[in-house]
Amino acid sequence: MSIFIDRTTPVIVQGITGKMARFHTAEMMAYGTNVVGGVVPGKGGEMVEGVPVFNTVEEAVNTTRAEASLVFVPPPFAADSIMEAADAGIQYCVCITDGIPAQDMIRVKRYMYRYPKDRRMVLTGPNCAGTISPGKALLGIMPGHIYLQGNVGIIARSGTLGYEAAAQLKEHDLGISTSVGIGGDPINGSSFKDILERFEADDDTHVICLIGEIGGPQEAEAAVYIRDHVTKPVIAYVAGLTAPKGRTMGHAGAIISAFGESASEKVEILSSVGVTVAPNPAVIGDTIAKVLAQSAQ
Amino acid sequence: MDIHEYQAKEILANFGVEVPPGALAYSPEQAAYRSREIGGDQWVVKAQIHAGGRGKAGGVKVCQNDSEIQSICEGLFGRKLVTHQTGPEGKGIYRVYVESVVPIEREIYIGFVLDRSSQRIMIVTSAEGGMEIEDISAERPESIVRAIVEPAVGLQDFQCREIAFKLGIEPSLTQRMVRTLQGCYGAFQEYDATMVEINPLVVTGDNRVLALDAKMTFDDNALFRHPQISELRDKSQEDPRESKAADRGLNYVGLDGNIGCIVNGAGLAMATMDTIKLAGGEPANFLDIGGGATPERVAKAFRLVMSDLSVQAVLVNIFAGINRCDWVAEGIVQALREVQVDVPVIVRLAGTNVEEGQKILARSGLPIIRANNLMEAAERAIGAWKSDLSNQQIGEN
Repeated sequence: MSIFIDRTTPVIVQGITGKMARFHTAEMMAYGTNVVGGVVPGKGGEMVEGVPVFNTVEEAVNTTRAEASLVFVPPPFAADSIMEAADAGIQYCVCITDGIPAQDMIRVKRYMYRYPKDRRMVLTGPNCAGTISPGKALLGIMPGHIYLQGNVGIIARSGTLGYEAAAQLKEHDLGISTSVGIGGDPINGSSFKDILERFEADDDTHVICLIGEIGGPQEAEAAVYIRDHVTKPVIAYVAGLTAPKGRTMGHAGAIISAFGESASEKVEILSSVGVTVAPNPAVIGDTIAKVLAQSAQ
Repeated sequence: MDIHEYQAKEILANFGVEVPPGALAYSPEQAAYRSREIGGDQWVVKAQIHAGGRGKAGGVKVCQNDSEIQSICEGLFGRKLVTHQTGPEGKGIYRVYVESVVPIEREIYIGFVLDRSSQRIMIVTSAEGGMEIEDISAERPESIVRAIVEPAVGLQDFQCREIAFKLGIEPSLTQRMVRTLQGCYGAFQEYDATMVEINPLVVTGDNRVLALDAKMTFDDNALFRHPQISELRDKSQEDPRESKAADRGLNYVGLDGNIGCIVNGAGLAMATMDTIKLAGGEPANFLDIGGGATPERVAKAFRLVMSDLSVQAVLVNIFAGINRCDWVAEGIVQALREVQVDVPVIVRLAGTNVEEGQKILARSGLPIIRANNLMEAAERAIGAWKSDLSNQQIGEN
């Protein structure tokens, strides 16, 4: 088992006719993802990478039985596209788009809550690299070949740091159950806590790696959740120890604006609940290998 | 994006928030003239810079007549004001705001923020106005009254009344408080603000509720739909390196160290800075060149990093995922042939085709120092900077 996606999950790509979306659709298909169609208003009837394009998500879902969606739509229209997916009955949506206004995301989240929990879409991102269950399916823009199949669950705000962790694990011959990018925006679809809950329940995940950064309350909320609900070992790395207060570091959400939002405070909070924190980004893989070796004893 | 106090007041006034009479000036003479236009017998002259703490730093002065206004302004214009929020380099004063002094009965704090926990707009208020919110939370946390706005229906009047009563506002002024809070919310929502702060909001002796200071910050991601807000950008208040970077589409934050960084990805860029620090150095900047590390982008990045004269070594850290390392290496070589870089350059490549990329760097004949992992890269950067420094000193002797 893996979380969110597997070999058979039917996937559509919203905004599939864009240059980047086309490229990554082909990459996802080459990886083995079951891409069944795309959605671009006004381009219904066209074919991209051998799959049909639909005018609306509703039409795509009715025709293809799509369960998951990847949103590649430009920032001014992305929030609308996510809500369209939620309304059409998509169960899992990944939004890659970087630059969505924060108030649009507030509306998206409010809108998603109008559906009862059993048919409420799960959103990860925006501004993320996507989700991959190695050997099964890839829903995003990450390079599939750096991920081995295995038992480490990764949750990362940063795309490239997620790659870094996967590549270091590969050097140790360690693989990944699922890697989920939750994105670098201040208001995002799923938090660390939401994904931790999934990994805790997933039999294929034996250890969880959490990659955080400065800004926002999510690492502290994750710490409380780990203390109360997570039985599996958790390893963490938090980026931004040298980041100055009050400055946005690339990601819209990477800004220290309140107490508890700096990297050193987050490291302290996570350590206090028994999370093993990697002291620098070069040893994320080593730290996970050590923890796995200890827990095997 | 930040704007000036006078601009924030103008926006808020359009949404029904009351402000004291005031006017902007670009010179001491104009400031004196403005005071006569405004009328009254006491004025406050306020330096317009994008930072708080102006009062304590000498940027806000009360004046009794126009010759005093002129002489105070002569001491302000063109000066760099250093407050606890500006950093040691300060921010230049090129505009002042002249305002009537009003009789203050009490001072209140109100702030609207994007609350990341509830993922909604939150109102934070306190009866302890005039102090900074950080100090209020530390010293008088019990004085803080909060409310969260339900996004489907917006801020409701009853929420504003609740706040007014909890703050102990005179019942006859409740409606004025409602109007002020609704005005802030309206401006926040209409223009995609991420923060609106009135500190202090004052109740005057003649029973008015006025915004004495105002601050607004806007969501950079939403500026595309608010051209009138984008126009308020004041480059004189920005780090020139950062303005240049923003104009070139690069994500750059200037820091105080001397090891320049060129990285793809925001998280990896922060992690690179951290590793430099752990290895005993100080990063000169944050720089994310984005996913597609094309030769043009790498060349732009080198030019930008080298324009900071304190940079004494450059660390390039690229994780090539979709791109291949051989291609990124070609880009680095091409950039180094185009851009004059006279400090040590350390390159760490990882990801697809890394061996091929290393060969290209080695074959180029350029004095590139290669590293296999991030820690090694940081250590070599610091080592190279130190030996470069001692070589220079030997040369000078």
